[in-house]
Amino acid sequence: MTDSNDILSIRNVYKVFGDQPDTAMQMLRDGSTKEEIFEETGQTVGVFDASFSVKKGEIFVIMGLSGSGKSTMVRLLNRLIEPTAGTIELKGKDITGLGDADLLDVRRKEMSMVFQSFALMPHMSVLENAAFGLEISGVDKDERNKRAQEALEQVGLGEHSSSYPHQLSGGMQQRVGLARALTNDPTILLMDEAFSALDPLIRYEMQGELIRLQQEQERTIIFISHDLDEAVRIGDRIAIMEGGRVVQIGTPEELMRNPADDYVETFFKGVDVSKILKAGDVACANSGCTIRINGSVQSPPTNGSQFGYLLDNSDKLQGVISLKGLDATAKANPESLLAQCMDSHESINSSDMLQDAVKTIANSDYPIPVIEDNGTFKGVITKDLLLQTLSR
Amino acid sequence: MSEFSLLDPFQYLNLPLGEWVESILQYLVQNFRGFFRAIRWPIDQVLDISEGILQSIPPLIGIIFSSLLGWQLAGKRMGLFCAVTLFFLGLIGVWSESMTTLSLVLTSLFFCVVLGVPLGILSARSDRIEKIVRPVLDAMQTLPAFVYLVPVVMLFGIGNVPGVLVTIVFALPPLVRLTNLGIRQVPADKIEAARAFGCTPRQMLFRVQLPLATPTIMAGVNQTLMLSLSMVVIASMISVGGLGQMVLRGIGRLDMGLATVGGLGLVLLAIFLDRLTQAMGERSDSSNTLHWYETGPVGFFVRTFRGAQAK
Ligand SMILES: Nc1ncnc2c1ncn2[C@@H]1O[C@H](COP(=O)(O)OP(=O)(O)OP(=O)(O)O)[C@@H](O)[C@H]1O
Ligand SMILES: [Mg+2]
Repeated sequence: MTDSNDILSIRNVYKVFGDQPDTAMQMLRDGSTKEEIFEETGQTVGVFDASFSVKKGEIFVIMGLSGSGKSTMVRLLNRLIEPTAGTIELKGKDITGLGDADLLDVRRKEMSMVFQSFALMPHMSVLENAAFGLEISGVDKDERNKRAQEALEQVGLGEHSSSYPHQLSGGMQQRVGLARALTNDPTILLMDEAFSALDPLIRYEMQGELIRLQQEQERTIIFISHDLDEAVRIGDRIAIMEGGRVVQIGTPEELMRNPADDYVETFFKGVDVSKILKAGDVACANSGCTIRINGSVQSPPTNGSQFGYLLDNSDKLQGVISLKGLDATAKANPESLLAQCMDSHESINSSDMLQDAVKTIANSDYPIPVIEDNGTFKGVITKDLLLQTLSR
Repeated sequence: MSEFSLLDPFQYLNLPLGEWVESILQYLVQNFRGFFRAIRWPIDQVLDISEGILQSIPPLIGIIFSSLLGWQLAGKRMGLFCAVTLFFLGLIGVWSESMTTLSLVLTSLFFCVVLGVPLGILSARSDRIEKIVRPVLDAMQTLPAFVYLVPVVMLFGIGNVPGVLVTIVFALPPLVRLTNLGIRQVPADKIEAARAFGCTPRQMLFRVQLPLATPTIMAGVNQTLMLSLSMVVIASMISVGGLGQMVLRGIGRLDMGLATVGGLGLVLLAIFLDRLTQAMGERSDSSNTLHWYETGPVGFFVRTFRGAQAK
């Protein structure tokens, strides 16, 4: 099931902490649970039979409660923690058996990590910190300082290059942490609760920054979080972990609509739906009254609808018209329909997040039309529909 | 009185430890003369060089130089303090003896650093080495100096070189311990970050562990210096020169004046060295953000030079 788009895929990965991993693995094969193994042997199962693939250029979020094995998981990927069993393939090559030199190469070129605690070096200036990865790889001073300065500018810290970490705020320190990882220009960025130590405002800002950086550079990001709002905001796909096991993987919407079990469902309970759904997911095609005009009116409006949406042959929206007080002949005549259209109408893009569209929908007299990226009409969102969606 | 008694079995059971030690020593003296001479050699060299330099510097130059050093390391007040302490040393007439003591102390410090820091690093890296090293350090610190003074004399003779040797034995442990501690205390997240960016063990040591452990290691250097100074007095019993000798002679002749002058000299020297190394430790602290060439007299000259250039 490997896809050429997969940049990293792991299969049946286990991690047992303790001095008798073999015993624990045997017990796992015999069907013992994590708790039983801990009771009997004192071994902790950190990750249990994990398999998933990460696609090139996506933000893959791993989510779960505290102790569910997220940090262990992400450290298995660059082998800061050695897997007990399983394979980890980077660009189709198994890295579990790599020798020291090759492993260092992977860490220097392919994967960089951002830490929850920032983990900056206090004895180095911001610039030296940002250049740390390149220094370790033996890049000469001018070159690495130039690239570090560029990375610092990307995260908006160009002016602080000669400061020291303790002179910066938490948010700025984490930007340095991010710059340090970006300087290496890694294929994959690993971020372990990188924003959890920041206050909500800075955190929101950093999330935005990350999304921007990812769009500019098409980097693959594996992001650990225990915050669903964060996961939903930045994640293309989310993997939910529980007790060392990956329970479900999918887009935020898939997880919300079809949770695999109660654990996943509880996660999504109380989450703000408008942050997950896009306008296009909600828009409804038949609640509005579409009138196709193609020389003549091909589908005259039904009775009872108050507004009509005029579409041309290629489904492009030509106008919105109030049907109140229009007689049947007027309704059948394309010219008169077009002539009586509203001067202007609002519309929303189907890829807009619902939360950004709420205000437009609420303030409008007519159901707001939703337009696809290519300009075709997708449907409308009425106030009723909006309320129903939000209250689920 | 010679009735056999179970209650006191040690009338008949004993371990002739003392005799053994003595015969081992005899054996060593007779068969390993070359080896002990080889140990003497590097100490002799370093001692000669340092004493030669220190004794040849005229007192005034010495005072000016060390106060500039103090200023550079910890600001003008420190510079003034150094000048006053050293001036006082000269004033009470013990300049030459102080320089002898200083060269002994610096030589022992040199060897302590050369031996102690690597040993500390090794024991920080391996729990097994730490387990072996630890009791040895305990013994070195707690064994009364008089116990090893005699064998050292038997093996190395008397004079400054064996004096430095016993000083090293006594002053080495804190440096090893604090180097070990300093490296072990480097926060785990920094180590992890360094690993994640692909550090080799060597890069880890020189780029992360040692820099972060420097303040602790400097505390060890400070302790080693202080212990060396206190050992110098005891070492004077095997005819080591300097301030210790003055104190010993003073006590021997009940000449309280001589003993007090020597003692005061030692105290002044101790304060001088203590403050200076402490200042060095603080400098190595990470919150210090100025470069060394931006502060002190060097900074002063650099600034005036740049100012002159700008005009
Ligand atoms: N070095 C270790 N030795 C033994 N057990 C460990 C070790 N590291 C982690 N564990 C165990 O593995 C499990 C998963 O830990 P992990 O740190 O991956 O959780 P997490 O999901 O990152 O939690 P958090 O959100 O609190 O960071 C825990 O039960 C933990 O006790
Ligand atoms: Mg964690």
